[in-house]
Amino acid sequence: MKQHNIQFWLNGEKVSLQVEPSDVLLDVLRGKLGIKSPKAGCDRGDCGTCTVLMNGKTIRSCLALAVEADGAEIVTLEGANSRKWTQRLQKTFHEKNAFQCGFCAPGVILSATELLENNSRPTTHDIKEAIAGNLCRCTGYEPIVEAIEETVKGK
Amino acid sequence: MDLQKLITKPKKGAKSIRAGEELTVVGQSVPRIDGWEKIKGAAKYTDDLEFGPGLLYAALVESPFAHARIKSIDISKAEKLHGVVKVVTGGNFTQKFGLYMNDRYVFATDTVRFVGEQVAAVVATDPKIALRGAGLVKVEYEELPAVMDAVKALEKDSPLVHPDLKSYTHVPWFFPKPGTNIAHWRKIRKGDLAKGFRDADLVMEDTYSVPRYAHCAIEPHSAIGLYDASGRLTMWTSSQSPFTQRHVFAETLKSFGLSHKDVRVISTYIGGGFGGKAGVTMEIIAAALALTVPGRPVKLLWSRAQEFYNTYQRLGCTAKIKMGVSKAGKITALDFKLHWDAGAYVEYGANVVNAAGLSASGPYKVDNLSIDSMCTYTNLPPCGAYRGFGYSEFLFGLESHITRMARELGLDPVEFRMKNAIKEGDTLPYGAHMNPTGIRDAIERVRKEIRWGVKEKSKDPKKAIGKAQVCFWKSPAMPPNASSSAFLKFNEDGSINILVSGMEIGQGLLTVMAQIASEVLSVPVSKIRVETPDTDRNPYEWQTVGSHVTWGCGNAVKRAALEARERILDLVQRVHCLDKSALYLEDQHVKCRTKPDFALRFSDFVINGIQAEDHTFKGGPIMGSGVFMPEFASAISDPETGQGGHPNVHYTTGSAGIILEVDRETGKMKIKKVALAVDCGKAINPDLVRGQIVGGLLQGFATVLYEDMRYNEKGRLLNPNFSDYKIPTVMDMPDQVVPIIIEVAQPDGPFGARGVGEHTMIPCAPLIANAVEDAVGVRIKSMPVTKEKVALAVKAAKK
Ligand code: FES
Ligand code: FES
Repeated sequence: MKQHNIQFWLNGEKVSLQVEPSDVLLDVLRGKLGIKSPKAGCDRGDCGTCTVLMNGKTIRSCLALAVEADGAEIVTLEGANSRKWTQRLQKTFHEKNAFQCGFCAPGVILSATELLENNSRPTTHDIKEAIAGNLCRCTGYEPIVEAIEETVKGK
Repeated sequence: MDLQKLITKPKKGAKSIRAGEELTVVGQSVPRIDGWEKIKGAAKYTDDLEFGPGLLYAALVESPFAHARIKSIDISKAEKLHGVVKVVTGGNFTQKFGLYMNDRYVFATDTVRFVGEQVAAVVATDPKIALRGAGLVKVEYEELPAVMDAVKALEKDSPLVHPDLKSYTHVPWFFPKPGTNIAHWRKIRKGDLAKGFRDADLVMEDTYSVPRYAHCAIEPHSAIGLYDASGRLTMWTSSQSPFTQRHVFAETLKSFGLSHKDVRVISTYIGGGFGGKAGVTMEIIAAALALTVPGRPVKLLWSRAQEFYNTYQRLGCTAKIKMGVSKAGKITALDFKLHWDAGAYVEYGANVVNAAGLSASGPYKVDNLSIDSMCTYTNLPPCGAYRGFGYSEFLFGLESHITRMARELGLDPVEFRMKNAIKEGDTLPYGAHMNPTGIRDAIERVRKEIRWGVKEKSKDPKKAIGKAQVCFWKSPAMPPNASSSAFLKFNEDGSINILVSGMEIGQGLLTVMAQIASEVLSVPVSKIRVETPDTDRNPYEWQTVGSHVTWGCGNAVKRAALEARERILDLVQRVHCLDKSALYLEDQHVKCRTKPDFALRFSDFVINGIQAEDHTFKGGPIMGSGVFMPEFASAISDPETGQGGHPNVHYTTGSAGIILEVDRETGKMKIKKVALAVDCGKAINPDLVRGQIVGGLLQGFATVLYEDMRYNEKGRLLNPNFSDYKIPTVMDMPDQVVPIIIEVAQPDGPFGARGVGEHTMIPCAPLIANAVEDAVGVRIKSMPVTKEKVALAVKAAKK
């Protein structure tokens, strides 16, 4: 199959590689670039565990083709770990024991980061809307929502 | 929310091992020790592990029929595909396996018994090639008549799912009926049922039904196997049961010359289990495939669809209940018949049926009792453990029925429960005696919390508000000799590594184990590391199921810590000539009551020993090991009555209440408030208990309000994805959840603790059904209780 050369910024570093036109961004990140925080929970856009930031906006990397990342800026939790809002969120998530198995955590944290970077005074409804695409089977969501609210208050 | 305030003070307080001193770490909501790893995205799950460029991928050939004979398999085309390394069929593996009953094969050999069953596998250098290869395998089938319904499966002319049932080996407490589809029949007979019904002022009979459900852990199953040139098999599996898996792998594949020591199972973090990753499902396929490609790791990764149709599902259940009650509100008789649809293979599911059969009286004193819990084979996917292990299913019928009968007699349903609730020492359905329980306290606390008895009105005239309160209990379902063990070792700086094989499945096991050791040894939790298991290095744990590891594994860790403590004290007594009874541990030092200025820092001696006066060193690395087995348990009883054994180690009890708003026109339901009180004996980490309550409730409510597995008449699952099988999002949270922790100590639990993981989901179905009736006057007797069902019932009632 024809290979494409693509280049993009991944967590602040420039990467270039060859992909097939049908290669999915999530698979390329995990399989070829060693980036493991985005997870494959459903491979069809339903669960949000594959969430990454593309040019500052959350996308489901299981629904994006790798060729779409050409020229873009991709940030995963590995890269977001140094962002201000991500760190504040992580601190409260930790204190409040917000996650259990943790499989949904990278996706939830990126969705919450996107929200707070654009709106530092969200209502509870805004918070819920921001993470409504991230399924969590363990927590019942309450500790996650509470931790985000607390992060907002504590800023 | 301040959880400490929510805790009811223990009646019989768990004794601190430092007599007279308060617990300092146990009972505190410390942050999880695996918290940062997970929150930073550093935690590795099985599919995140790297195996290098030699990694092979497997794809399966699956049965399109619910029941068929395999006439031929042609693998020649697939074998020729460039990149295919191996094509494997059932003929290569003929040993049956199972957890409690050996009724499964690695691959279907001559018969397929459910849609999606594995028939062959293609191993290739790339996952896409493996899939393409699987499409090239030609299987010729002869379709056979199939049975999809547990009640129809009992009819005389029903097709037999396992004609060879007679030859299957199983645990001694199963009673299969060869020549039928009955895989196990648990009977309980206690007291005089006929007399109980004669003594009743009201007898009511009805049927309640519960469909199958899927666990929907967000991480799909995955397994990687490597059979190396030296003949050892290493498996990396996403599993709740590394040791049970090792045993099943070794037993099933022993014809390849494997013994237990040659099989190593490594389980990293898992992205949710809920019972779905207990036992052995797809992992055996990866193990078998690894043997066919020596020297190369091979990965099998379940798709979300396979996650739905080819792992364990929750059993479907039809419950026929007949209950007698006196005017005064005493249950005089209960005749409970549970028909379980356990699917094509019941090696695990039959024990769900057994567990429910032992306990279907619920947390009530019922002197005249008959329970028939019948495990039936059908041509639907195999069922197994699911958080609650059969209790959600029978509680739906039982707790619905109790409320209806109380109402019919003009009695208060909560008072009714209070009156019949089981007490410590009461006789259990199988004859043993009830452990200490805080159930009355739980009922009382919940009753207050939901303002029971106060009728509430919705601001919206189209909506009505209903209330309900129910009780629950559950015991760990495990073999009587299921055991736990732990190693604990000190490091140079006085920090500790603990090795256990209880799995961190999200519940917080690692943190709780650290807290237990911390309490005994006075080493802060931040200086203790507990890792997920590797069967080569970590000691034995049966499985992480049944909400038993805080109790079982916790006891083992406590014993390991006590042993390490003994070694420390012995050493100090020997070298410093201090009386051991005067020594104690505090703040990472050994101190002495009779010599206040004596303080020996752990980091000064726990590895390199203590220097004696003659300059020699005494001691050496401080370690401890601990083992726990419930030596009082036994599963052997009279098959006709169930009397005689002690199959269950103890019960955790509780009560839950709800305030529910129901739209009369659309049937839409909104949970305004839910309160759940559970007697966990001792909350070692209250925040983590709260996590179980809040998370378990939402998972429970989802089974009542939205979820439902739909099959067509050919046995094909119609909704194997999250678009068509809806699990709750953050938008579906109840308005308010009130967790209530009751602490009546479990005498044989670590610091009095008993399990709580499953209990928080099991009361949800009757809560909703009873509150719907309270609100809009209709009774729904089949799960799920969807808004459509409610709206239609309200409409029908108006006519
Ligand atoms: S894996 Fe992308 S949304 Fe589920
Ligand atoms: S913490 Fe397990 S899925 Fe969210």
